[in-house]
Amino acid sequence: MREEPQILQRADFGALFTALQSRGFTVVGPTVVDQAIVYEELDSVEDLPIGWTDEQDAGRYRLRRRDDEALFGYVVGPQSWKQFFHPPHVKLFGASRDREGALRFESSNEETPRFAFLGARSCELHGMAIQDRVFLGSGYVDSEYAGRRENSFTIAVNCGQAGGTCFCTSMNTGPKVDAGIPHDLALTEILDEERHYFVVTVGSEAGRELLSELPTVPAAGPETRAADELVAKTAREMGRTMNPKGVKELLYQNLEHPRWEELADRCLTCANCTMVCPTCFCTTVEDVTDLTGENAERWRRWDSCFTIDFSYLHGGSVRQSAKSRYRQWLTHKFATWQDQFGSSGCVGCGRCITWCPVGIDVTEEIAAIREEP
Amino acid sequence: MKGEGKSKQKLAVWKFASCDGCQLSLLDCEDEILAVSEAIEIANFPEATRRVLPGPYDLSLVEGSITSQHDAERIRQVRAESEYLITIGACATAGGIQALRNYRDVREMASVVYASPQYLDTLETSTAISDHVPVDFELRGCPVNKQQLLEVILAFLHRRKPNIATHSVCVECKLRGNVCVMTAHGTPCLGPVTQAGCGAICPAYDRGCYGCFGPMETPNTAALTAQWKAMGVSDPDILRAYRSFNGYAEAFKTEAEKHE
Ligand code: SF4
Ligand code: SF4
Ligand code: SF4
Ligand code: SF4
Repeated sequence: MREEPQILQRADFGALFTALQSRGFTVVGPTVVDQAIVYEELDSVEDLPIGWTDEQDAGRYRLRRRDDEALFGYVVGPQSWKQFFHPPHVKLFGASRDREGALRFESSNEETPRFAFLGARSCELHGMAIQDRVFLGSGYVDSEYAGRRENSFTIAVNCGQAGGTCFCTSMNTGPKVDAGIPHDLALTEILDEERHYFVVTVGSEAGRELLSELPTVPAAGPETRAADELVAKTAREMGRTMNPKGVKELLYQNLEHPRWEELADRCLTCANCTMVCPTCFCTTVEDVTDLTGENAERWRRWDSCFTIDFSYLHGGSVRQSAKSRYRQWLTHKFATWQDQFGSSGCVGCGRCITWCPVGIDVTEEIAAIREEP
Repeated sequence: MKGEGKSKQKLAVWKFASCDGCQLSLLDCEDEILAVSEAIEIANFPEATRRVLPGPYDLSLVEGSITSQHDAERIRQVRAESEYLITIGACATAGGIQALRNYRDVREMASVVYASPQYLDTLETSTAISDHVPVDFELRGCPVNKQQLLEVILAFLHRRKPNIATHSVCVECKLRGNVCVMTAHGTPCLGPVTQAGCGAICPAYDRGCYGCFGPMETPNTAALTAQWKAMGVSDPDILRAYRSFNGYAEAFKTEAEKHE
């Protein structure tokens, strides 16, 4: 049993892939595609965004070269891990009619891979914990989600730098991976003048078992101190801040604040913010039939409170105006979520700010609502 | 239920001013079309066969816009003979690329192009079918997406609501896992104001959306234009972006006019 932090040399990083793959895991993690860092299946350490970083601001993301060969020298990209637990499209079931006219149902029974998530950040672990409460926490367990989530293995990374739209310190979700947040292993990447290594800590029994197979040595005092100092530096570099104090009451008391009207002028109601948000979970279902009408399938796909159909009830859609749709998103994330699931729906990852095509910034909007109208 | 057993549904495809691309989308699904011809009787399909069966028709699919007096009368006849009428494609739903003429003097253009323009019977404008007769459903796209076309036909056969989303292309773009070209590359994209349907093809190939499926349900073109301007796009380029295949669709038309 190894409780104390271990050191894994960069040169030995491939052993981590080997250990995961030999256990039957499909490794998914960050890689460069179309000038951004996305999450995909990885074969080896070479697939990681070695020597890349990102610059982020409201409505803007740019990939840049680093002057070192860091493996995790960037923050979060347009995608989140939710696409693996809660995929954009899922077939829920099929139904067919036999000769006597009776309906037969078949569940989709798709085999889900066992994923190992490499490079999840602290805010992302908090995002997963929030989605766990949504999909598993109530009396109604989402079996699709549960199946994918149960078998996964998570290797977290402590952030060595903050992004231009990050505000996890405000939301108390990072940048350090706390022992209390579910994960299997956590890495801190250190590059100094001579060395390139990872300080590895254990987050679970499965993590401990896997670590015992890696060529590591116990970390010395200066090494763990370097790791702590790096994360502390990241915490001081947040690109954004948000005062979370009383935000629920603030929003509830300001449902008619003039700021919502201004937002309606700027917001495209394009739904990008909800698509990229690691905690947004909304879906719609679509039934498809074949030509004979004897076979049908029910599919579930991501939806968003920004679409008109989302609030469609008999007679029409409840949220017609852009104002009401933007207000739904912001108040759900920061206020009603607390009543519904017992925490904020925002983990401060900054994705909705970066990937909003017109750069609408939730931290700025909440600050504006805090000001007297 | 209709579409079952002996009572085949009678389907007619009609062509007005168009390039035939939308009819080709229907022809393009060869396998499916064989199946379609078992459930329905094709009473008219100019791209596939010369045979025309007399009306009435259960479903008419109409491609193309109205550009002549003769066609303006013909579409009334089609409507009168059709229980359901569905328009397909940018020409039929918005006037098409040929609606560019709506901003010019048609007679002058005709005199430049044709040796004997006096024989032409042409209207001043190219307009959508719904400007002339009531339409039951409009399927967007330049051309239409063949899966969506099949979906609309299937929905009609089984008398259910077609699964045709009217939200932005951005939603499809994210479902597909594309990297946003607007935010990550600085490429102007019409996706946020354009209706889904293509599956976000252009952003998947590093291009901005061209607006082939026309305005989405609640297009905020002014906000998108403000962002394009901040990215350095000029007024003439903004005008050209909006005034294309769907340039005569209301939201795109009014946005384009602001940049004349
Ligand atoms: S609301 Fe925005 S910043 Fe908060 S978790 Fe969602 S995407 Fe991240
Ligand atoms: S913000 Fe909108 S899309 Fe996201 S979870 Fe809430 S209602 Fe659903
Ligand atoms: S806030 Fe931005 S990303 Fe979200 S719907 Fe509005 S314009 Fe789109
Ligand atoms: S690339 Fe275009 S369509 Fe895709 S999300 Fe960005 S703005 Fe929307």
